[in-house]
Amino acid sequence: MSPSRQNNFVSMLSSLPLSRSSYNVICAFCTEDNMPQCMSYINQELDSLGLCSPRIEASSPGGAGLNTVPALNAMYELMQIHRRNMCTLEELENDQLKKSSTLDHMQMNNSRLKDQLELSIREKSGLHETERQLQLKIKTLQSCLKTEKDEVQKLQSIIASRASQYSHDAKRKEREAAKLKERLGQLLVDRKDKKLALDVLNSLGRSDGKRSHWKTAKTTTSHEDEMYKSLLNDYEVSQRSLLLENAELKKVLQQMKKEMIHILSPRLPSTRGAAAENSREQADSDGEEKAGDTSRETLDQSCEHAREQLTNSIRQQWRKLRNHMEKLDSQASLVHHQLESNKEVIPRETHEDEMERMRREVQQCKEFIHAQQQLLQQQLNTSFDDETAALLNDCYTLEEKERLKEEWRLFEEQKRNFARERKNFTEAAIRLGREKKAFEEDRASWLKNQFLNMTPFTDRRRCSSSDGQSALSVRSEPEMRMSSTKAQLAKSSAYATFSTPKSTQSATVPSTTELYRTLRLIPDSSSSRHSNRGSWQESNTIDDGDFRVKSNRIQCRDLSIFSLGGDENSLT
Amino acid sequence: MNFSEVFKQSNQLCKISPDGKYLATCVQYRLVVREVSTLQILQLYTCLDQISHMDWSSDSLFILCAMYKRGLVQVWSLEQPDWHCKIDEGSIGLVSSRWSPDGRHILNTTEFHLRVTVWSLCTKAVSYIKYPKACQKGIDFSKDGCYMALAERRDCKDYVSVFVCDDWHLLRHFETETQDLAGLEWSPNGCVLAVWDSSLEYKVLLYSLDGRLLSTYSAYEWSLGIKSVTWSPSSQFLAIGSYDEKVRVLNHITWKKITQFEHLATINNTKAVVYKEVEKRPTVRSDNLSLHNITIGTNLFNTQSKYEICPPPVQIPVVKPDPDRANPKIGVSTLAFSSDSRYLATKNDNMASVVWVWDMQKMSLEAVLEQTSAVRCFQWDPLRPRLALCTGNTKLYLWSPAGCVSVQVPTEGGFQVQSLNWHCGGDSLILLGKEQLCLCYMDTDQVDK
Repeated sequence: MSPSRQNNFVSMLSSLPLSRSSYNVICAFCTEDNMPQCMSYINQELDSLGLCSPRIEASSPGGAGLNTVPALNAMYELMQIHRRNMCTLEELENDQLKKSSTLDHMQMNNSRLKDQLELSIREKSGLHETERQLQLKIKTLQSCLKTEKDEVQKLQSIIASRASQYSHDAKRKEREAAKLKERLGQLLVDRKDKKLALDVLNSLGRSDGKRSHWKTAKTTTSHEDEMYKSLLNDYEVSQRSLLLENAELKKVLQQMKKEMIHILSPRLPSTRGAAAENSREQADSDGEEKAGDTSRETLDQSCEHAREQLTNSIRQQWRKLRNHMEKLDSQASLVHHQLESNKEVIPRETHEDEMERMRREVQQCKEFIHAQQQLLQQQLNTSFDDETAALLNDCYTLEEKERLKEEWRLFEEQKRNFARERKNFTEAAIRLGREKKAFEEDRASWLKNQFLNMTPFTDRRRCSSSDGQSALSVRSEPEMRMSSTKAQLAKSSAYATFSTPKSTQSATVPSTTELYRTLRLIPDSSSSRHSNRGSWQESNTIDDGDFRVKSNRIQCRDLSIFSLGGDENSLT
Repeated sequence: MNFSEVFKQSNQLCKISPDGKYLATCVQYRLVVREVSTLQILQLYTCLDQISHMDWSSDSLFILCAMYKRGLVQVWSLEQPDWHCKIDEGSIGLVSSRWSPDGRHILNTTEFHLRVTVWSLCTKAVSYIKYPKACQKGIDFSKDGCYMALAERRDCKDYVSVFVCDDWHLLRHFETETQDLAGLEWSPNGCVLAVWDSSLEYKVLLYSLDGRLLSTYSAYEWSLGIKSVTWSPSSQFLAIGSYDEKVRVLNHITWKKITQFEHLATINNTKAVVYKEVEKRPTVRSDNLSLHNITIGTNLFNTQSKYEICPPPVQIPVVKPDPDRANPKIGVSTLAFSSDSRYLATKNDNMASVVWVWDMQKMSLEAVLEQTSAVRCFQWDPLRPRLALCTGNTKLYLWSPAGCVSVQVPTEGGFQVQSLNWHCGGDSLILLGKEQLCLCYMDTDQVDK
């Protein structure tokens, strides 16, 4: 069979409704001509449908008949299929009906539930609202409860304190009653009837010196009179003072009123756009003042009417003044805003600068005063402040140290000089010793000579000078030493053999005092040296002791020299 | 400021005569009378027992010495030392004894307040007054000495009797509207009698001299009420201190409250001057701590103190009282007007170390004095606005509008000032310790801080 033909058949079949009339159309499907094609097609279709019936074949090849059995089988199967299909179709239709009904039902349910939901939501919001209100009420009630509780507590505490006070008082009274009972018992038992006594040496006179009076009705009335008199006095005094106060206050009020009127009246022309009003006000105030004056003149000061009038007028004036002040204030603020860059600002600036300057000055002065105070304090607190004391001590010690250093220096210098002197003296002494020895030898020889050629009236001076010359060797020494040794030798030359020069045994330096004493014998030469000697004496205080002894000896020697001199004179 | 030497006294009984010339002190059972200017002993009297109470008569001629235990009162005369007078109350006992204003009658209150016995020294007569009330202040004499007000209680009701002191004639007798009358006081001009209730009820009643009720004042109900009441010397103000730590001032024209003063724990008022006592401990150098120095230098234990001005806000130390006890230590217990009625000094019991000075002209706080320990006693100078106070240590403190000063009492062995009294001339002070007394003479110039 050609596919196009099959297609035509299929399209034909598909376009036709499934009805009994379709059998007529099916008849149109197979004709005498296309039987094998129809058969093969049908076989194909049966195969495709899955029917296991054998193939429909022609009863005879090229014949117009069919094999009936397979055809009937095929037909039966197809009918079965068809029946089954119809059943399923019915079922499906039933199902569909059911489903559609349930769907409807569901939809209905859905809508109902939606409505319910909306309703419940609205209910919920309403309930929320009521809940909120109830919460509020709860809060207020709680606060009320709290206050009530507090009050209750307060009352309780009051009650407690009162109760404790009552119990305290009751206990006290009970104790007193007990004491009373005890005393009563004691008195009943102990009924000695001790009389109350007043033991006075002598009666006293009354303090006001008058005699006492009998108690009569007259005295009682007089007492009453006295009492009322004192009361009345007091009332009169207070009334007088109140009247005075009243009068003063009224005066003050009147004055205030006058002043207020006065203040308002000159200002009135300066206010803007209120001229008519002001004239009216002035007229009012003038009229009032006149009324006030008349009232003062005609009526009593304490009259109610006058007082009222006065207070009302005062109040009115005060109101006017206040309004006026408010107006001025607003004007001032406007002016201030307008004239910001004006020179009115500058004076303020300069004023502020001045203030700043003055403040700075004040600060400086304060600092200065503070510093001064501190210094003063420092000066005064010497003994308590360790630091300053230490510092001061340091300063003092430093000063002392310096002074000490100076003195040390001087001392060292003097010591040095003295050492030098000492050296010179030792040298001189040594020299002296040597010269003395030489001199002694000389003297011994001279005495020997003299003794040997004993002639009187020899020139002693010549001998002494010659002796001095022979004994002395001129050296480069200070003049005083030379002369001192000269003097010593001169004196010792007059010796006889009985004085031994003890001083030469010790090679110590002859003291300055010795020199001083010896030099005294040469007044003209030593007088100029006195001043020098002074300083020397001072600096040689250390070795003084030794030398003093020696000086004594020298003194003795000097004396002996003098005596010798005399002796010598007598000798010769 | 000069201090006299220290004398002995017992029982804090030491009074200057009303004319200011003599000083009477009690030492156990002896009565010593000295002259104020020289402190020489003029008279010495011996009583029969330890003296419980001593007082001068108004004309400074007689002194009464009461011995409560024995129920005896002895009266001594200054002019005639050998004059004697002895009043024996006998078994009925004696609780208090006082002079009448004319100085010729003695009023003895017997034990249990059974009666008041009036002994006359002129006529040797006795009168009795029944049913006196046992309260804080049951008897008061008017300033001019003409009238005496006595509180009575009969059949659970309070009455006030007004007597004429001349002949003890009962002038007026009226019932008061109090629950439990606690005290009464004449105004200084003698025309108004202030009567107040006990602390359980806040009520002040003002009666005129003839017994009419002028006014009633009650600030609040239920809480504990009035603790102290005082008149101003000019009779213009009546100051009432109460347990709520406030002072209310009434005026004499309308008897209404004109102001109230609060004692706050924090002071923010910039116009008031707050003086705080600051102790300076002397520095002890360790090298000076030899025994010699310690025994000689009592300075180690006498700390110097001075006043510092504290800028506001200032915190005042507050001590909360025990809520369960009766008569709690809270509220204004002491009030004192200065002699010119210009200043009012107050003390609040739960701020015991602070004295507040209020200006009555401005109706505001003038000064606050904070001490290091609780204030024991303060008193105004009788002539000028100068307040002297003591706190139980060895110092005397003086406040005046010019400033505040703390003065060490220069005695050996530490003299603890427990109370003080001004001389009526205002130029010297008596300082009382436990067993000693000392006089302090002021300079004629004011001492500034």
